[in-house]
Amino acid sequence: MQVFVNGDPLELKDGARVSDLVAQLTDDPRGIAIELNREIVPKSKHGETSLTEGDRLEVVQFVGGG
Amino acid sequence: MTDKLIIAGREYDSRLIIGTGKYKSYAQNAEAAEAAGAEMVTVALRRVNLSNPDEDRLQDHVSPETYTYLPNTAGCFTADEAVRTLRLAREAGGWDLVKLEVLSDQKTLYPDMEETLSAAKALIADGFQVMVYCSDDPVYAKKLEEAGCCAIMPLGSLIGSGLGIQNPLNIRLIVENARVPVIVDAGVGTASDAAMAMELGCDGVLMNTAIAEAKDPVRMAKAMKHAVIAGREAYLAGRMGRKRYADPSSPLAGLI
Repeated sequence: MQVFVNGDPLELKDGARVSDLVAQLTDDPRGIAIELNREIVPKSKHGETSLTEGDRLEVVQFVGGG
Repeated sequence: MTDKLIIAGREYDSRLIIGTGKYKSYAQNAEAAEAAGAEMVTVALRRVNLSNPDEDRLQDHVSPETYTYLPNTAGCFTADEAVRTLRLAREAGGWDLVKLEVLSDQKTLYPDMEETLSAAKALIADGFQVMVYCSDDPVYAKKLEEAGCCAIMPLGSLIGSGLGIQNPLNIRLIVENARVPVIVDAGVGTASDAAMAMELGCDGVLMNTAIAEAKDPVRMAKAMKHAVIAGREAYLAGRMGRKRYADPSSPLAGLI
């Protein structure tokens, strides 16, 4: 299935959960926050939140800023 | 040291807060933060780079274990965007102390006070501790304090301009009216600007570009540390009165 992560299309296996996406993106998920269709998915719910075709996700982290 | 800066119940020895943008590298940033003696740093929240998600990370150089991270809303032009950003920041870091800024236009980055006040109210209702970037308008500063902001942070001059404190009278009025810390945020160009902010009675200074864009950022960070301490000490010591004519420092009696 296809979802959109930070605006770009990304192929994930059917039935993938948020935790699968995180594992695919990084080995070190500290300091990352995820929004699914504009709702925050808390870290404690990554493992139980399933994704579906066309979902829009934002994956953000802290960077330098003033 | 008993002269602590207290923000939202947390105590800080340093009155200098620094940004983490515009540095050559996060490593240089870390060195500057240490030279500045800072205990609190502002940070931004941005999309993870999906093509290289494991690129150099701020937190590996400027650790949130060592420094209080103050997530900002730089780049937000509406209250809704700012609230959304800070909710994500709270999820990313687990902290509720934040720096709110809602800007009006790209050219001046001047704060939009109507949107700022509206965002501050929404965030406070949602349990955030809000340090707020604002114009040097004493009326809005009071409204933000009454809304429950834990620090009022008026600009000295425009973000990144290095033009120093353009309206010391207003900064002083804000300081006199406030019962929460007042921190000059934006505009500081060099050490004397930081000292001036502190001599006006401000509780702290927040700066980014003055250090990051100095020819030697680490040395400038050190200069700013001294300037903030000097300005604070001078304010607490109480300056002498201004006089129109000379007043000799050596005794007149006993002159040959």
